[in-house]
Amino acid sequence: MRSETFYREQEMLGRRRRASDQRFRLVGMVLTLGTLGVLGALLLNLAVHGLSRIDWQFLASFPSRRAGEAGILSAWVGTLLLMLVTAGVAIPFGLAAGIYLEEYAPKNRWTAFIEINIANLAGVPSILYGLMALGLFVYQFRFGQSLLSGGLALACLVLPIVIVATRESLRTIPSSIREAAFALGATRWQAVWHHLLPYSTGGIATGVILAMSRAIGESAPLITIGALTFIAFLPPAPLMSQPPFVSFDWLFSPFTALPIQMFNWVSRPGEEFQSNAAAAGLILIGITLSMNTTAILLRRRAQRNIQW
Amino acid sequence: MKLRLFDIFGLLAGLFWALSAEVGAGEVVKIDGSSTVYPITEGAAEDFQKETGTKVTVGISGTGGGFKKFNRGETDVQAASRPILQSEIQAAKDGGVKYLELPIAYDALTVVVNAKNDWLDSIKVSELKKIWEPDAQGKVTKWNQVRAEWPDKEIKLYGAGSDSGTFDYFTEAINGKGKASRGDYTASEDDNVLVQGVEGDRYALGYMGYSYYAAHQKRLKALGIEWDAKEKPAVKPSQQSVLAGTYNPLTRPLFLYVNLNSLERPQVKKFVEFYLTHVEALAQEVKYIPLPSSAYGKVWERFEKRNIGTAFAGHTDTAVPIDEILNRPLVP
Repeated sequence: MRSETFYREQEMLGRRRRASDQRFRLVGMVLTLGTLGVLGALLLNLAVHGLSRIDWQFLASFPSRRAGEAGILSAWVGTLLLMLVTAGVAIPFGLAAGIYLEEYAPKNRWTAFIEINIANLAGVPSILYGLMALGLFVYQFRFGQSLLSGGLALACLVLPIVIVATRESLRTIPSSIREAAFALGATRWQAVWHHLLPYSTGGIATGVILAMSRAIGESAPLITIGALTFIAFLPPAPLMSQPPFVSFDWLFSPFTALPIQMFNWVSRPGEEFQSNAAAAGLILIGITLSMNTTAILLRRRAQRNIQW
Repeated sequence: MKLRLFDIFGLLAGLFWALSAEVGAGEVVKIDGSSTVYPITEGAAEDFQKETGTKVTVGISGTGGGFKKFNRGETDVQAASRPILQSEIQAAKDGGVKYLELPIAYDALTVVVNAKNDWLDSIKVSELKKIWEPDAQGKVTKWNQVRAEWPDKEIKLYGAGSDSGTFDYFTEAINGKGKASRGDYTASEDDNVLVQGVEGDRYALGYMGYSYYAAHQKRLKALGIEWDAKEKPAVKPSQQSVLAGTYNPLTRPLFLYVNLNSLERPQVKKFVEFYLTHVEALAQEVKYIPLPSSAYGKVWERFEKRNIGTAFAGHTDTAVPIDEILNRPLVP
């Protein structure tokens, strides 16, 4: 038999526990709202200063010393092409490395060493990647101060993020799936290709989005490798009307990117350029958001097809 | 399967390699260097490209970063907010680069205080030194430590970041030694940060390029500079005082360095000619101070005769009148 005091104590304890639960809920809510508030204020500030500046002329004009005539054509084209190179390099390499480390590599000290280093690489300041790219891609490989060098630099920068995301999402797949595949005589590659990769698409896509969102806002490594500020022509088109129809010349074209254009405008004397910078910021956020939305939609579709 | 993947990567790498050889300097005029000179250069590049269709690119690697590229022959024109340094002269020699040194405009480093500052209208160079010299770090923290009648309030300092030509020139002119400065101040390469800092604090003092002050004249107060070592009276920065050569020692010339070999390409030659023809108007448009008209005549002469070399022999002299700069013998 338990005495009444016992039950009373229990009840008080319960009340205390519930109170602390409530407290955490409140603190969590306030902090979440605070964070969202800061983000909202930032967007609002950009919108107030920049929204009126965004029009067709702004998107279709090259930089100019007259703030009213200046535009971001070379900058947004540069940013999109850079992302193309970055994604084209970072995704295959990151996936391959992630799959190898998670599914193939023996678990020994050597692998552990590599793992730690990859985690560390994710925290290296971006300017160091810029310096590395300047020495390796620009001078050693003679890619020049081109979209290719810039895209490769950004790809190196975000590679660790893609690798870690790939590994994490492969790890969430129950090992029973692998065992079932092996039991039916599948090779590792077949297990990866037919089962593990399709099931982990969601997580990998999230990692890739994060990686691209980081890359798109970088300016320091690009300035280091020699991205330009004034450039009033576009890279050559990748498609042509005559054979061979495809051209890779654009990879070697000099370029600028949205964050660099913004950086330059922010540091100019006078108010007019500040609203240009805000407008360019809005476009950059717009590109990032639409990239993210596309990726989230793709992820949804991929997840719908999973049945296990 | 693995092998096939590697083959594809190898093929791609080979393809890039082959293509990379084809992309040379071509018909593009390449400019890099100081971000201070950038607004003028951007104007020249913009109009030149519109008029002739020649492609022009401008980077902002900074004066030092730009010289590294220029001395390897990677760029045709280098914009600089200070003269070429001894180490850069050597690098140019090693890279086989001969260059023309063309002064193109003035910048006046401007010492500013808050608009509500009512105890200060001009300041002595020796007082600025007292505030900014390396020994002042942690010691000179209040206004009344500089001059007794100034307020007993903490002095908030705003200045250029150590990577900028502005920093190099200011420390040379005020502290007597380039790059020697106290470190405990708000430093930024972005002068707008400095403008905002001084604007928001009654007890602030800072220095910046003249064009930043000119764009925010209503919210900042520019101090007259009294060069007490030469017993010169206080002079406020303005187009008149700079042109008259009295705003010293904080007037600095801005330069273009042109690669002599690049001038053999007609589009580079045309661009530099275009630049020199329009620089006076362009400089005024972006709130820089053009040289006196007579000086541009001599700059043209130097360009036409292809007189290579520098008038500074690796030293960053301050307060040299433009006529003296243009009349000095050039050292290749």
